[in-house]
Amino acid sequence: MQHTLIAKVENKPGVLNRVASLFRRRNFNIESLNVGHTENPNVSRMTIVVDKPDLDARKVEANLYKLVNVLDVLDVTNQPTVTRDLALIKVAAEPEKRAEVANLANIFRAHIVDVAPDSIIVEITGTEDKIEGLVELLRPIGITEMVRTGQVAMLRGDEPGIRYTPGANGHPPSPNGHKNISDKGKAQ
Amino acid sequence: MKLSGAKIVNECLVREGVEVVFGYPGGAIMPVHDAMLDYPIHHVLTRHEQGAVFAADGYARASGKVGVAIATSGPGATNLVTGIATAMMDSVPLVCFTGQVSAHLIGGDAFQETDVTGITLPITKHNYLVTSADELTEVIREAFFIARSGRPGPVLIDICKNAQIEEAEFEYPEEISLPGYKPPKHAPVKDLEKAAKLIAEAKRPVILAGHGVQMSGAMDELRLFAEKTQTPVAMTLLGLGSLPASHPYSLGMMGMHGEAYCNEAIQNADLLLAFGMRFDDRVTGHLRTYAPRAHKIHIEIDPTEIDKNVKVDVPLVGDLKTILNDITPMVEPNDHEEWLDQIKTWREETEARDILSWPDEEKLHSAHVIRDFWKKTSGDAIVTTGVGQHQMWAAQYYQLEQPYRLITSGGAGTMGFGLPSALGAWFAHPDREIWTVEGDGSFQMTLNELATVVQEGANIKILLINNSFLGMVRQWQEFFYDKRYAATQITGPDFVKIGEAYGIPSKRVTKREDVMDAITYAQETPGPVLIEYQVEKEDSVYPMVPSGAALDEMMRRPITRKKVGE
Repeated sequence: MQHTLIAKVENKPGVLNRVASLFRRRNFNIESLNVGHTENPNVSRMTIVVDKPDLDARKVEANLYKLVNVLDVLDVTNQPTVTRDLALIKVAAEPEKRAEVANLANIFRAHIVDVAPDSIIVEITGTEDKIEGLVELLRPIGITEMVRTGQVAMLRGDEPGIRYTPGANGHPPSPNGHKNISDKGKAQ
Repeated sequence: MKLSGAKIVNECLVREGVEVVFGYPGGAIMPVHDAMLDYPIHHVLTRHEQGAVFAADGYARASGKVGVAIATSGPGATNLVTGIATAMMDSVPLVCFTGQVSAHLIGGDAFQETDVTGITLPITKHNYLVTSADELTEVIREAFFIARSGRPGPVLIDICKNAQIEEAEFEYPEEISLPGYKPPKHAPVKDLEKAAKLIAEAKRPVILAGHGVQMSGAMDELRLFAEKTQTPVAMTLLGLGSLPASHPYSLGMMGMHGEAYCNEAIQNADLLLAFGMRFDDRVTGHLRTYAPRAHKIHIEIDPTEIDKNVKVDVPLVGDLKTILNDITPMVEPNDHEEWLDQIKTWREETEARDILSWPDEEKLHSAHVIRDFWKKTSGDAIVTTGVGQHQMWAAQYYQLEQPYRLITSGGAGTMGFGLPSALGAWFAHPDREIWTVEGDGSFQMTLNELATVVQEGANIKILLINNSFLGMVRQWQEFFYDKRYAATQITGPDFVKIGEAYGIPSKRVTKREDVMDAITYAQETPGPVLIEYQVEKEDSVYPMVPSGAALDEMMRRPITRKKVGE
């Protein structure tokens, strides 16, 4: 299954490389990785989606904390979050097809952001499912180019998210975080 | 106070308590070497950068301080890589400095430019590229702190040449700010309570003592805990010395070439207490069959080690010494007489099969050499090794009563480690007896450092086990490849002449009765001495757990001879 983690990291050169190198070395497969600024100029925020059937998210968390530049890691998988992905989709649309594309965009609350003689760029923001939905409908018309940002995620309200390692990097453990290691029965 | 970057590097080294560094000069690091002449820091010029980083490693392991290696850019830096990976695998605190081309040239494939921070990213605990002098102080201060704290490891600082030459304000900071780096110390009380309950209920417990015991300085705490709970202690290769070998609860070394009775105890245990070890495949054998009836408690400072190889019931993440101090008062004294008696029976059976129990056949076995060497040095020398059969024989027969005595490449298994690391150990303890036990294969990888040993006047004795084979690979070929000796028959030079060419008194021994005398000769001769023992060529290290087998499926030394007294 997919896991979504949020990592706050120091805004320093090479940190993205460290995180990517860690995922490669430990054989965690990155589905998408988004990096950007936060409210604090010294801190960048990564939303990392990992896809591995038997993934132990605790191990990903522990490995991320091993990087000196990683400040905070939260698992937000199946937590109440707002998640968004942004896509720009260039559709090959002759003038007679424009109305159809505009109509579909309208249904999905997407925007037409560029119109050329034989193509249109549609911008859509939403969950992965919603974007997939529009992509499927535009595909028969003719998608010539597409770019997606990958997921960004934010917990709703004061939801704590999941921390697995108690006290990791000085953060308090969340009440629901530690149980998947300490309550395990006899090994194997 | 404004200083050049090169001076700042040296100021920082002095403030970190560094007295000796191991290195090799070159264009991109010249300012640092130049400035060092004016500081109370001794620079040891090795004959290869790999020798420098191995020596820094040996120094760190023997002294408990941070080892420092220095190299230039490009090939100088890449020659450090094997040593950095070795230190990473064995959690050894190192700070490695490399020169780099000037910042404005980076990315232009300038002469001797190599992306060394890129290369060493996965094999360092952390690394830095310094492009201006005003970053240096903070970076060096952080690097030493990161290297020695938490789970120790190597840190590399790549310094652009312009950053060494230009000036910056120097003030050594008292405090450092590393918001993303806070190594854990204590484990939560509720987890300690869970562990204490498992300890109280156990009937057949075994402690697995790893490198973490000595890294954390928890030898006394380990002994107290073991004695209070009557729990025998098995040790990993790097854990040897955590508990005296003569202690009644010592089970010696575990794993692939561990004591048979030790592995049997682990496989039959109902509770394993892993103290600062990481369940390496060389100590577990096949994971699915590993200690199948045992609950597992894992005390470990690095949370990524929890559940990595072996799923555990109670992880206690933090400093081992701190956690043992916390948990020992929480456990009641235990009585495990029956279990200890059972282990004693296994032990007697193991000892009866040992080669030392066979009568003299006038053949020179490595076990004899190491055992006599152990007797002659009262088991108290600092012993470094290369990697291979001689390393395992040293671990088996040089039984340690004290910690910080065996310096060997465990996780990485790096051949050529013995001689340079002995040089480093000598700088840590010039007053102690220092030996390197080498194999003819390992020794030939780094024997160029004999010149460094002589130049520094290092009092190192070299015990060379020569079987004219890459013995450990040969042994695998004998067992698993129908004795097809592919690429393992190695010729050597006349090692006595080699030693003498470097001005080192050297002797060759081929008979068992001469083993002791040669060691006495080495001890009584001032300065470095080389003794070559020409041993049985096709001897194997027993017992052996074949790769992928269960830990108690050991290949034992075949009984082909009569026992003493029969």
